[in-house]
Amino acid sequence: MSYEFDFSFINDYMPDIWYGIWLSLGMTFVSIVPGFALGTGCAIGRLYGPPWVQRLVTIYVEGIRNTPLIIQVFWLFFGLAVLQIRVGPFPAAVIALVINVGAYTAEIMRAGFQSIPKGQLEAAACLALKPSQSLWSVQLPQAVERVYPALVSQFVLMMLATSIMSQISAEELTGVAYMIQSFTFRGFEVYLVIAAIYLAMACLLRLTLLGIAQVSFPRKRRLGTSL
Amino acid sequence: MNATSKINTTTASAIEASSMTNATPLVRFEGVRKSFGELEVLKGIDLEVKTGEVVALIGRSGSGKSTALRCVNGLERINAGKLTVCGRDLHNGNVDLRELRQDVGIVFQSYNLFPHLTVEQNVTLAPRKVHKIGAAEARTLAGEVLAQVGLSDKAQNYPEQLSGGQQQRVAIARSLAMRPKLILFDEVTSALDPELTGEVLRVIEKLASEGMTMMLVTHEMAFARSVADQVVFMHHGKIWETGTGDMLANPQTPELRQFVGNGL
Amino acid sequence: MFGLTIEQLAFIFRGAGWTIVLSLLGFVGGTLLGLPVALARASHNRGLNWLSGAFVQLIQGIPLPVIMFVVYFGISIGGYDVPALVAAGIAMTLYSSAYLGEIWRGCIQAVPKTQWEAGECLALTNTQRFVYVILPQALRIAVPPTVGFLVQIVKNTSYAVVIGFFDLTYSAKVINNSTFMPFTVFTIAALIYFAICFPMSALARRFERRLTRS
Repeated sequence: MSYEFDFSFINDYMPDIWYGIWLSLGMTFVSIVPGFALGTGCAIGRLYGPPWVQRLVTIYVEGIRNTPLIIQVFWLFFGLAVLQIRVGPFPAAVIALVINVGAYTAEIMRAGFQSIPKGQLEAAACLALKPSQSLWSVQLPQAVERVYPALVSQFVLMMLATSIMSQISAEELTGVAYMIQSFTFRGFEVYLVIAAIYLAMACLLRLTLLGIAQVSFPRKRRLGTSL
Repeated sequence: MNATSKINTTTASAIEASSMTNATPLVRFEGVRKSFGELEVLKGIDLEVKTGEVVALIGRSGSGKSTALRCVNGLERINAGKLTVCGRDLHNGNVDLRELRQDVGIVFQSYNLFPHLTVEQNVTLAPRKVHKIGAAEARTLAGEVLAQVGLSDKAQNYPEQLSGGQQQRVAIARSLAMRPKLILFDEVTSALDPELTGEVLRVIEKLASEGMTMMLVTHEMAFARSVADQVVFMHHGKIWETGTGDMLANPQTPELRQFVGNGL
Repeated sequence: MFGLTIEQLAFIFRGAGWTIVLSLLGFVGGTLLGLPVALARASHNRGLNWLSGAFVQLIQGIPLPVIMFVVYFGISIGGYDVPALVAAGIAMTLYSSAYLGEIWRGCIQAVPKTQWEAGECLALTNTQRFVYVILPQALRIAVPPTVGFLVQIVKNTSYAVVIGFFDLTYSAKVINNSTFMPFTVFTIAALIYFAICFPMSALARRFERRLTRS
């Protein structure tokens, strides 16, 4: 097998690649906070909400976790189009990502809340804190700190999953790769380079999120131990 | 122990004021019954705790002493009889537990400090959220109550950096910071090594001398004898014998005699 | 039915059949390659450990659609024209083996150290100890997360649509393009995926509960 590798496309298409990176990371970062908030809200609803909320959250979480992201994306994007609601590919991608990652985050956060010792809740109640105050000041910080590694992994997976958004013509990194290979016919080289870029992005995202933990958990920063 | 030997004037005067206005007992059990499913753990309890009094509940595990204590701040609901705490009838379904718990503090066997907060934040969380005091006032308050338990220098530490005895003293300070009329102690030294028990008992003893009203479930017989105004021996869900600390020296019932015999 | 013809529905179900085929390929391939990965990850040989660790990090850091493309174009530069099923099968194998390898490593290492020591006292060789003492216990722990990962495999076969593999997602997309009934078509597709995945999710949970109880 004599194949001549040709990576010259990198120079020609560098601006497009940067744009793809920008879009992929943009989608990811925009989705993280609302996805986390949605998931945490659902976890709380499933644990402490009235029965109908619990049932609703269970249906949402199980429905999302047992169907592929790409089907959810198509359902939303093509569905909105039929309803004559004009939503660009980028917002549609973000909405789908938030809904998707919210379901996974809900399960992670639920496990986090459930891992808090009963004595903590009793102590909070005995100090005359309202249930909402106990949730916000005592349970939530401990739950987040306990499951933070799992959350980081989930958000890295979400970043990788943005790679299908070119299917709804959001020209993120994988979409850019497809465009380049269709012009250069260097599919193998293009996707090798793209794979390396994703690898670097995954590393970067992981480090960033772990760095955020160092800043936002003062106890961890001081002691270096986990809860 | 320089800081701890100063008598805290705020607490003392607050207690004086409440004892002048309150002639009725702070806690009154009248025929209180409590069951967990089929099992009746309190079979008609009658007990009074006056302002400024220290009451020690003793007895075997399963005798109902911890349950009786937990009824006082509403952690357990009574099934029959009447329980009045700080002027509130706890059998009444619509008693506001949050209001009650501002008057009644509790310290647990397992400390239950909040691990993600510093000592100072642990102590001031409830005053800030419930009493809505400001940051500066909270800091002063933390300084005061931590001095009371002799831990002024640990304000910025996290619970896991402290020994068990120190953690338990922080838990006491956390309770004091709410300025309660009554503090419940639920076997607070049972999880501690013998050498750490003393420092916690000394803090409780000092609070007693300052006039704090307290109910404590304890296995420390010598401590109960020296500190408590009233010792209550519980057996099979009933108050079997009650009296001053000297009761432990000459028990009237064979059950208490056996219990004290084993205990000492 | 639901505004679709029988032919259209049959087309979608034919896609579902290929989804199951690719899932099975991915699981079998992932098991065959994942077992050595797990053993290498758990071994005390530095070189093997590093190599398998690098493989896992690599695969877990690249999106599955990109792996699909790399395999697809990688095979074709050799001058071979392979069906999408083969490329997708290889990609699913690589993907599954990295995750299964990591899951099973955890299971092997979850067996208490004392069990190794007990095996040593019985004068068993290293291999014997592994096969007769460690493996049976690790397998028991491995069942719930492995069944759980099957769900991931089934869902992620949908990414093969990027290299044009005909599966449930692909067939649904085709029918949607001709009928313009996205809600109907993709809801049917979602329900089929759900019908495959949910029982496995529930089973995994049940196994896990049983394991934690014992």
